[in-house]
Amino acid sequence: MARKNRPTAEIPNGSMADIAFLLLIFFLVTTTIANDKGIAMLLPPKPDPNQPPPEVTKNDRNIFKILANSQDKLLVEDEPLTDVFELREMVKSFILNFGSPGEEGVAIYNSLPSSMKAYSSQVRRSDYSDDPTEAVVSFKADRGTSYELYVQVLDQVNAAYNDVYGERVGLSAAEFLQLDRDDPVQDRKYQTARDGIPRAISIAEPNKIAN
Amino acid sequence: MAKFGKKSNTTQDIPTAALPDIIFMLLFFFMVTTVLRETDILVKQKLPKAAQLSKLERKSLVSYIYIGEPKQSSLFGKEPKIQVNDVFVEVDEIIQFVNQEKDKLNEAERDQITMSLKVDVEAKMGIVSDVQQELREANARKILYSSVQSVDI
Repeated sequence: MARKNRPTAEIPNGSMADIAFLLLIFFLVTTTIANDKGIAMLLPPKPDPNQPPPEVTKNDRNIFKILANSQDKLLVEDEPLTDVFELREMVKSFILNFGSPGEEGVAIYNSLPSSMKAYSSQVRRSDYSDDPTEAVVSFKADRGTSYELYVQVLDQVNAAYNDVYGERVGLSAAEFLQLDRDDPVQDRKYQTARDGIPRAISIAEPNKIAN
Repeated sequence: MAKFGKKSNTTQDIPTAALPDIIFMLLFFFMVTTVLRETDILVKQKLPKAAQLSKLERKSLVSYIYIGEPKQSSLFGKEPKIQVNDVFVEVDEIIQFVNQEKDKLNEAERDQITMSLKVDVEAKMGIVSDVQQELREANARKILYSSVQSVDI
């Protein structure tokens, strides 16, 4: 009863590719592949005004002091340093010094792979840290220090810690950073690597008056 | 000479029926990866290079603070300035900004807010540490010094 030869309803799809191309080019142009990577840090909690600042009770040898002035010159352990990239090795030998380890220090020392034990006894110095639980890296920058140097120093110190963490579980620093903590196997590795050795980086407040 | 006169019988058409599908696939890829920039950055942004970078885990918890010399230095001067969202702010306005950002999050997640500091290499530490003091005051303690991956040494 209905008319049979109704024209078929067809959408012309010849220009489909053109439309898609147009959209594609729009998104190609507007895309900025976000690079949200950086050096993560945790700031200390704000000081309690009712309490005096805590006394520093640490032994001087347990603190690795890095100072940077407004001319971007570095003073590391009271000696000038020209090449910032030497810091990585210095900090690493500072952390793994085991000068006079406490009980925890001995336990950590025994858990290290033999290559690190050998490294530790090779570089041991009397004016470096007692053991990794005590070691603190302190970095103080001036108000006039350039941000570039600040990041470089932080990067070097972090690299030293990542070297140590990585080596404990047989990885390189880069591989240690790649560990995915959502995966239980890799998370366990991460925990083993971090166990007992805190990433103790202390950023001192810069002087109020630039010198 | 007859050798050259031979015509081959194979057709030379490339099938184009699947072309739209291929284009659509590319299109979807770029649509998914695109982040449309919400803010106009008014300061110079040449990020420092570093090797030991960690990735941000949850984008929704991140707020950005830009520090650097203004691009329009004739208008705003050459001193590094702080930019949040679309405007320049003074150091003491940062607490307010952090609280606004925290209000956007779930109550449970407020303490996990991460501030990504995008600081130009030419800025000095003075302004950066002022910002850090304010962040401590505002209890936004997780920060990230945004930087570019350098080739590992």
